[in-house]
Amino acid sequence: MLKLTEKFMRIIFLIAAMASVLAVIFICVFLFSQGLPTIFRIGVFEFLLGDRWAPTAAEPLFGILPMILGSLYVTAGAILLGVPIGIFTAVFMARMCPPWLYRLIKPAFNLMAGIPSVVYGFFGLMVIVPLIFDWYGSRFDMMSGNTMLAASVLLGIMILPTVINIAETNIRAVPQELYEGAVALGASHERAVFKVILPAAKSGVMAAVVLGVGRAIGETMAVRMVAGNQVAMRMPHEFLYGVRTLTTNIIIEMGYVEHGSIHYGALIATGVVLFVFILIINLLFTAINHDKKEKSKRQKQNHGETSV
Amino acid sequence: MIKNLIKLAKRKKPADWLRFLLTWTSALAAIAILLYIVGFILVKGIPHIELSLFSTTYTVENQSLFPALVTTLVMVAMTLLIAVPFGVFSAIYLVEYANRGSKIVRLIRMTTEIIAGIPSIVFGLFGYIFFATWLGWGKSLLAGCFTLAIMILPLIMRTTEESLKSIPDSYREGSFSLGAGKLRTVWRITLPSAAPGIFAGIILAVGRIVGETAALMFTIGNVIQLPNNLFSQGRTLALHVYQLSTTGLYVDKAYATTVILLVVVLFINYLSSAVERRFLQKLR
Amino acid sequence: MTKYSLSSVNLWYHDFQALTDVNIDIDNNEVTAFIGPSGCGKSTLIKSLNRMNDLIEGCRITGEFLLDGEDIYGNIDVNMLRKRVGMVFQKPNPFPMSIYDNVAFGPRTHGIKNRTELDEIVEKSLRDAAIWDECRDRLRKSALSLSGGQQQRLCIARALSVAPEVLLMDEPTSALDPISTGKIEDLINELKREYTIVIVTHNMQQATRISDKTAFFLLGEIIEVGRTEELFTNPKNEKTENYITGRFG
Repeated sequence: MLKLTEKFMRIIFLIAAMASVLAVIFICVFLFSQGLPTIFRIGVFEFLLGDRWAPTAAEPLFGILPMILGSLYVTAGAILLGVPIGIFTAVFMARMCPPWLYRLIKPAFNLMAGIPSVVYGFFGLMVIVPLIFDWYGSRFDMMSGNTMLAASVLLGIMILPTVINIAETNIRAVPQELYEGAVALGASHERAVFKVILPAAKSGVMAAVVLGVGRAIGETMAVRMVAGNQVAMRMPHEFLYGVRTLTTNIIIEMGYVEHGSIHYGALIATGVVLFVFILIINLLFTAINHDKKEKSKRQKQNHGETSV
Repeated sequence: MIKNLIKLAKRKKPADWLRFLLTWTSALAAIAILLYIVGFILVKGIPHIELSLFSTTYTVENQSLFPALVTTLVMVAMTLLIAVPFGVFSAIYLVEYANRGSKIVRLIRMTTEIIAGIPSIVFGLFGYIFFATWLGWGKSLLAGCFTLAIMILPLIMRTTEESLKSIPDSYREGSFSLGAGKLRTVWRITLPSAAPGIFAGIILAVGRIVGETAALMFTIGNVIQLPNNLFSQGRTLALHVYQLSTTGLYVDKAYATTVILLVVVLFINYLSSAVERRFLQKLR
Repeated sequence: MTKYSLSSVNLWYHDFQALTDVNIDIDNNEVTAFIGPSGCGKSTLIKSLNRMNDLIEGCRITGEFLLDGEDIYGNIDVNMLRKRVGMVFQKPNPFPMSIYDNVAFGPRTHGIKNRTELDEIVEKSLRDAAIWDECRDRLRKSALSLSGGQQQRLCIARALSVAPEVLLMDEPTSALDPISTGKIEDLINELKREYTIVIVTHNMQQATRISDKTAFFLLGEIIEVGRTEELFTNPKNEKTENYITGRFG
């Protein structure tokens, strides 16, 4: 009787554990089975590299290149603005911050990670967008401040907690011996941190950046609220124009799309492209982490700590 | 204090000064941005918080957040009901039963990481295709909460795993040495000891649910009404904020509603870290 | 009478051989001490007597382990074996629950639900472990509120609560102060009237104070077994002599 319960519950736990596997399979199957046929119907080339998106025209066109570029632009902008601040802040948190200040700001960054996208979006809409319009509006004959720049700035802010937390953890993980070695040679605290600790934590910091990229490329609501969302081929220097990303393309048009139409399929296909982007980023992250583990193993061995 | 600063100033080389300033200004800027966001929303929103905001009926003149609040609570409860057993049980399997490094564990870990990385819009898309359309549930609370349950599964799994792992093996050994089986050891010793840590994770998941929008837009619909059955449509607080702020007609209401959302989410996050802190202290 | 009879026991952790050809008999109502330098296999052997090694991945055992003539690695119920063979660990490991619940956990595990019966078992176990007087008024308090020495005696009470025949003690006093150690040693001398006791210790004085029989381990092998006074006063093996006179370890 007891033996039976043991076996039964073991199977229950195993089944529960398979839920995540099942979920991934279902997500892949349903997205791909509905998205891929549409891609082939439109033509892989025309879909991925087509520069016109006119789903409701008499002769509809389904090119998502503008959206792919849009996603890349706003993400790049977010990285440009958010990553330096994020990494320097992480260095500060790990090695410079006085303990009393740390106790205050560490929880603050954790809270920052919890603020919902819509709140960021609303803030962007009410503060960043008008600010950009005030600064550049008259000079560049802008219609509104809903621009690539607004989205980049907002995303740069939104990825801060991710970058800071991951990078801080990894900078902290650098063995203290390295720091002591540098200081023992007469290096100042700042020099030891920047020239020894930060390089040693390089792959961990890279992992933080990659995770920030994932966060930025997948963000939907906040971008939707500030980016302007015009479908148009943009160049990087046209950051004062509106832009549409992969994510916003889905959220905007899913509301009115005719179910089962080729337009519907094209939106799911947009999701597939986004999903593949994210998978690549995940793969990159895993690879970096793997590399990091190997490296720290070697470092430990060099310090004579053999693991059993 | 000032003397120290002067001493410091004399001692540092220019390059060190630069590094010093870079880190301090970056950190202060990051904090300033955060404070500005929160402060801005609070200052703009608090004056517009009125009792009518919580009126039980929603009208065109008075966009009460009451129906959205109730829907949010219902969604939280239903999503947890699905995700917590699955999340906690799979963590139990991974920590207490499976051989570490076995193929099945690696597979589960990989898929969990994939789910954790998927953007919420993709969940929304999947929820719409699968739950709402393929299973024929339509846009409904049920479709919404299943979508969210998948989304928060990795979070609950990870926090439960970490809590279980932080329970010293000596507890398990003590239980086994008295002739208790695996199940009894897990159920009576390990799980109760890990409960506060798991609880902290669940609270964090609640924060995610309350703040979510993109995954819900096409899965629970966007209708303002009190939920009356599993298949009714609804609108959560976060979706309500989105609607109010993008229509541009009710800016004051939008500010006030955002304040409520922000305060609720921040409080939930604070609660989670407080519970976690106490848990870790107790273990020590 | 012989309680345990072990012959040609070998044990591996993955590729590492932790025990090599161990042969030993453990007698009823006696205290048997395992001594030797750390890493010599004494803890490994005591853990295999109630199959706690089952929990360690990659652990492989060969040889014969007879308890009252029955092979404990044969077709038996491990949980029943552990009920018959109680264990006290190096560091006190009370569960994070009340003193009462700690002691009642074992009996409850084996199906005793009756309130008065449980009360009796808890009181008897705590009395036998010489801690009843110190905690009779605070049975509902958390076991973690006790001092280290009290916690260890509580763990002994917990082990006694399922009425075992054998008590295994893995360096039970190594984490305790001298006064608590003294109390536990007195307790062991009391307990051997009713139980068969096996104790691992790195403290040779302790072995001479409490044990009847001593086995000296080195690098996974038993170098010498004998009556305690004989082994310590007149060791037959040179390595044993070197160890007990403090030349290594």
